[in-house]
Amino acid sequence: MKDFNVQNVIETIEMIKVHHLDIRTVTLSLSLRDCAGDDTKTVGRKIYDKILKHAKNLAKYADDLENEFSIPIINKRIAVTPISIVAESCTNPDFVYLAQILDKAANEVGIDFIGGFSALVDKGCTNGDKLFIESIPEALASTKRVCSSLNLATSKAGINMVGVLKTANVIKKAAELTKDADGLGAAKFVAFCNSVTDNPFMAGAYCGINEPEVALNVGVSGPGVVRWAIENMPKTADLGEVANIIKKTAFKITTTGELIGRRLAERLNIPFGVIDLSLAPTPAEGDSVAGIFEAMGLEAAGAHGTTAALAMLNDAVKKGGIMASSYVGGLSGAFIPVSEDAGMIKAARDGVLTIDKLEAMTSVCSVGLDMIAIPGDTPASTIAGIIADEMAIGMINKKTTAVRIIPVPGKKVGEAAKFGGLLGEAPIMPTSRLNSSVFVNRLGRIPAPLHSLNN
Amino acid sequence: MSEEKIIITISGCDKVGIVAKIAAALADLNVNIEDIKQTIMQDYFVMMMLCSIKDAKKSFKEIKENIINSGRELEMEVWVQRKEIFDSMHSI
Repeated sequence: MKDFNVQNVIETIEMIKVHHLDIRTVTLSLSLRDCAGDDTKTVGRKIYDKILKHAKNLAKYADDLENEFSIPIINKRIAVTPISIVAESCTNPDFVYLAQILDKAANEVGIDFIGGFSALVDKGCTNGDKLFIESIPEALASTKRVCSSLNLATSKAGINMVGVLKTANVIKKAAELTKDADGLGAAKFVAFCNSVTDNPFMAGAYCGINEPEVALNVGVSGPGVVRWAIENMPKTADLGEVANIIKKTAFKITTTGELIGRRLAERLNIPFGVIDLSLAPTPAEGDSVAGIFEAMGLEAAGAHGTTAALAMLNDAVKKGGIMASSYVGGLSGAFIPVSEDAGMIKAARDGVLTIDKLEAMTSVCSVGLDMIAIPGDTPASTIAGIIADEMAIGMINKKTTAVRIIPVPGKKVGEAAKFGGLLGEAPIMPTSRLNSSVFVNRLGRIPAPLHSLNN
Repeated sequence: MSEEKIIITISGCDKVGIVAKIAAALADLNVNIEDIKQTIMQDYFVMMMLCSIKDAKKSFKEIKENIINSGRELEMEVWVQRKEIFDSMHSI
């Protein structure tokens, strides 16, 4: 194309400058399957060397592209093979040591987060998985950049309730060990149902065992742009028209992600993996998914109608984005992390957005209960109940759901946890006072659902 | 080749010498101007230049720094971007 269009140039610059269009993450997916061995120290050395070999230019090349296209690339990340698998053959595996190796490598190559301190235990735990899960709290407390996840349920296997209860205790302990930082350890951990092997977003990114040796996955963003597009429509525009404008905007956002992803993959000389079409908010004013609900005509996130608005948004984002990329994957949809979204924070603080409403929203959003702070004295059995509910929504609806919840040590409803940066600030939200302990202590596995007679 | 094309967008209060100063800076860098368009938006002067950096003497980064500095001396905001971003975003 030799010519250029003034309006297009102005629109693009306005999207970036005023409405926070950015590339949320470029995530290098790296297999560590060939790093296995019988000695933790040797495995650690292989992991460190491999990460440095493949990721040494990631941050620099991403910065170059940011400069050349004048579009911010907010995070540079790495996702590796679940460490529970890589280190399982070790005699007396020291998982905390390996987390520290990951952290050291991440620091050395100058990236923001490294994901894959993970295990896939939806049907049950191996001996290695059990040791691994016990190591998670200390691993999170003793590292800065390491993110951890557990897949506890799938639509095919059901819900591992032993894992659910263990996870609730992991979350409590991770928060307790990082109490000076408002339980930040728990904010770097997520529990999944139907986890995704090519997701570039944290805390849940890992390189699945079906993934290639190395690939570059990209996560786009841009709730501010969608909000702006809807605000420019008349209040009387019908919802079909609103869905259309969301699709068009998602297309533009995604093409940008695709372009940056392909260019970065070329420069790194690795294959381009997928683009994740997620709308990810930040605490910045205007860069809010809750703001989109307001633009659609709801008083605030949490109003009756929010689930319907989110369902339409989630679907329209996928429909618009899918045309713009050859390979779409990851979580793809709209995120609703409470602490990372100024509109959600306000709604939660005002008491109009509750965990119950968020749970309903997760049945139609891209992931699940995300970055929710609860009182530090919430019993593990209640947290297990919250996780079980969320896993059930994912299992039955054949979608990815997740729980990233922070029981903030020493804090109560009415106070707030401050994590800073992209993780933002979370008002402590009340949970149910009712007791779930007998149910969650039954353990066992909730059987996989019937995949027919869908009523 | 589209990768060698850049779009320079300059905005701010209209004044004498904007085109001259930016064009001189580009000539110094051996950057060829292929097209110029301008408009007034909300009382602001906005000028866009389509340029080729195929034969430029310096790297993209240095060209961008130079042009932004020239803009700063004119108290104008300057964006320098590879053209591809506009091509991909606004065409199917």
